[in-house]
Amino acid sequence: MSEAIAYYPGCSGLGTSKEYDTSTRAVCAALGLSLVDIPDWSCCGSSPAHTKDHVLSAALAARNLQLVSDMGLKAAATPCPSCLTNLRTANHRCEAAPFKAKVDKLLDDPYAGGVNAVSVLQALTEMVGLDTVKSAVRTPLKGLKVACYYGCIMNRPPELMAFDDCENPMAMDNILAAMGAEVVPFPLKVECCGASYGIPRPDVVAKLSGKLLDAAVGVGADMVAVACPLCQMNLDLRQGQVNRAGGTNFRMPVPYFTQLMAVALNIADEEIGFSKLCVDPRPVLSKALAVAD
Amino acid sequence: MRIGVFVCHCGSNIEGTVDTATVAKASLDFPEVVYATDTMYACSEPGQDGIIQAIKDKNLTGVVVASCTPRMHEPTFRRAVERAGLNRFMFEMANIREHVSWIGRDREANTNKSVDLVRIAVEKLRRDAPLIPSKFSVNKRVMVIGGGVAGIQAALDCADGGLEVVLVERESSIGGKMAKLDKTFPTVDCSSCILGPKMVDVAQHPNITLHAYSEVDSIGGYVGNFQVQVKKRATYVDWELCTGCGACMEKCPSKKNPDAFNEKIGPCTSINIPFPQAIPKKAVIDPTTCRQFVKGKCGVCAKVCPTGAIKYDMTDEIVTEDVGAIVAATGYDLFDISKVTEYGGGRYPDVITGLQYERLLSASGPTGGHIKRPSDGKEPKNIVFIQCVGSRDKSLDRPYCSGFCCMYTAKQTILTKDHIPDSQSYVFYMDIRSPGKMYDEFTRRAMEEYGARYIRGRVAMVYPKGDKMIVRGADTLAGTQVEIEADLVVLAAGAEAAKGAPQLAEKLRISYDKYGFFMESHPKLKPVETNTAGVYLAGSCQGPKDIPQSVGQGSAAAAKVLALFSKDMLESDPQISRVDIKRCVGCGKCIMTCPFKAIKEVEFRGQKKAEVIETVCQGCGICTSTCPQGAIQLSHFTDNQILAEVNALCQS
Repeated sequence: MSEAIAYYPGCSGLGTSKEYDTSTRAVCAALGLSLVDIPDWSCCGSSPAHTKDHVLSAALAARNLQLVSDMGLKAAATPCPSCLTNLRTANHRCEAAPFKAKVDKLLDDPYAGGVNAVSVLQALTEMVGLDTVKSAVRTPLKGLKVACYYGCIMNRPPELMAFDDCENPMAMDNILAAMGAEVVPFPLKVECCGASYGIPRPDVVAKLSGKLLDAAVGVGADMVAVACPLCQMNLDLRQGQVNRAGGTNFRMPVPYFTQLMAVALNIADEEIGFSKLCVDPRPVLSKALAVAD
Repeated sequence: MRIGVFVCHCGSNIEGTVDTATVAKASLDFPEVVYATDTMYACSEPGQDGIIQAIKDKNLTGVVVASCTPRMHEPTFRRAVERAGLNRFMFEMANIREHVSWIGRDREANTNKSVDLVRIAVEKLRRDAPLIPSKFSVNKRVMVIGGGVAGIQAALDCADGGLEVVLVERESSIGGKMAKLDKTFPTVDCSSCILGPKMVDVAQHPNITLHAYSEVDSIGGYVGNFQVQVKKRATYVDWELCTGCGACMEKCPSKKNPDAFNEKIGPCTSINIPFPQAIPKKAVIDPTTCRQFVKGKCGVCAKVCPTGAIKYDMTDEIVTEDVGAIVAATGYDLFDISKVTEYGGGRYPDVITGLQYERLLSASGPTGGHIKRPSDGKEPKNIVFIQCVGSRDKSLDRPYCSGFCCMYTAKQTILTKDHIPDSQSYVFYMDIRSPGKMYDEFTRRAMEEYGARYIRGRVAMVYPKGDKMIVRGADTLAGTQVEIEADLVVLAAGAEAAKGAPQLAEKLRISYDKYGFFMESHPKLKPVETNTAGVYLAGSCQGPKDIPQSVGQGSAAAAKVLALFSKDMLESDPQISRVDIKRCVGCGKCIMTCPFKAIKEVEFRGQKKAEVIETVCQGCGICTSTCPQGAIQLSHFTDNQILAEVNALCQS
């Protein structure tokens, strides 16, 4: 039954979002989705290359896509929306022959084309499906109120990403609901968290991420589930900065949606990696699950 | 034959890139051409007089005009040659404007191509024969499809002009969208007060037959003699017996169904009369919610009905109406606001359409005319109106302006202030479009006297926070972002073609555009005609229109019908197919391919033959290319004529 897809963890997956990577691998294994590592994968061409040179950025991405093609696979899944954007953008730009010629000039092996990049969220939705997810649940997330936050680029621009509704996406909501969680209608699902402004303008991030946390509290969420390493960092690591800047007192856990899935699938703690997060979700989680029992 | 050729300058339209004098001179070399000249404007009075004079002076027996498309002026020139005593079919047009001068800049090439087109026209004309139209009688009854204000006006004007009118309405009452409005711009007079009397006139007019809760099933025939099958949908109430007393509605136990008349912001009973002024004021059962139909037992309405009108076993009924003309006045529907996911329409109860807001304002609406927001029934203080939701938006495939939203939004801000004096209205707009008598003054009044705050810019998103709706958008005049805490958000949903419009167009054999709006015959000069004889348009089925425009078109369509019916006999177009009975082998292929069912099988001396029904044939020519024997020929476009044209072109 196992379906195979190439797996591109991205640079965050080796560092700041290691727990996203380990939980993704564990969840996909438990659900029968076989992730095949890309040998010798390299930078996706995201910052800073894409701000400087589109051809260089696309070439970096295309190198990885060609590696996938060499594996005999037609699709790659990545947990990181930034990687996803760049892989898909490269594909899109390479549809224009003159652009692709410039890209191929930079590559040892020209890109043959035809490799589709999808998010792990899309792969779980389309290749595994909600029914399988539902039937695999061991510990339902009953009683846990989750606000699903997709970030600004997971579904946008819609013509490029071509998955889910770009203003009101539901894929993560549907998966966590299938795992028994009570997903709350979170109105700011695709609003900006401040992204990479965390370094040059932390005040901007404090304001924007503060809005998201405030809205999550407002709709009664126990935690905010995310799908993007940068969003996660802004909402979790910088939550103290948000509180200092806005005079607030948020203590909102911000786990990756794959970590919550892993809990429901009874996956080992070291693969879930809750200890990597700044605001520890475990007290809230065990409290919610206990009340539900 | 003595042929005259007239090459038109069309001002500089043709002469700018075609040497017309050279074209005229070259024409003199063509067979049987005895006279050729260029002329400034062939269609003008002196132009036509010149043609007539030449026919007389030179004893011409056929005329070629090289000018524009025949769509506009072929009838003009045919009348001119007829005035000079020729048969009107002894005339040909060469289109050297749309096909030559407007599409190419090379004067020499254009001139040569024009010469070729004239050569072709001459060869066709040499094989033209005089044709005489035959006459047929007209059934002076008219059908109006759609009982909104445009259809009502068309029906009343036709009926007052002495015609018998059949009005077909899809809903259980006439009135259309206008009946749902509270007040109308720019006078702020009550919509039902001005529409109600017209609706009553329809009900009482001796010349009008109303089929409500009915749809057009199929249409056969042709101008003057249409046969229309009308499906009268089952109402499960015998309307002969129903008095509209409403006792059934009071007792109906199924009370919580979304009320279509109230745009689904209020409940209604399964047996229902949509509104107090309904015409006809008769009850209809919705079998999808009625307990008698869903659960198989209830029967309360049958018990309480004082006249025993309830008939649960009623079925749809087809009636045939014979009419001579049809006016389509099927109106519009609203853009589905749930498609704009960033505004949350359909997800958040306090994000509503402008038409839903009308129902909240209306005294006969679900809140009795008190503005209460749908979520909690509270009176809103801050109300944000967003313009152009599903209008002027390429990303939603709605690039056109719906035309009336700017005005009704201004009206709604005025009414809001009247209802709730301490309220504040905000309007996010792209441009204010108010070209109409007293219209711009009206929008200014909304701002200056009623204090509506107009913000030029689009809204990026609407989301709930606590019991407020946060509206975030741009103020492009101030160059800033704005966020407004609103209690209620009203979206000016754009107009789109009525549901089922393309299907009806196909039944009527008229064209429609890519959005489903019906195509008029000419965008400026024939706004209520279609390219199908005897079928006319009124109101928003042709494109979004406000009330004055719709009423104007209703009257215009009625005038067209009255003019058509002013003659007892109509002339049929003689450019139709004819069967050469000697060559016809009776294979029947033409009968199968004819899209108009205009060919029938007859017996002639014991043999099967095809015969064209003159009045039904539209002259499309499909049969002529089907016939294996070449026995069926389209008059004025015979195989010989077309081959002669091809020969002329290939040998030039």
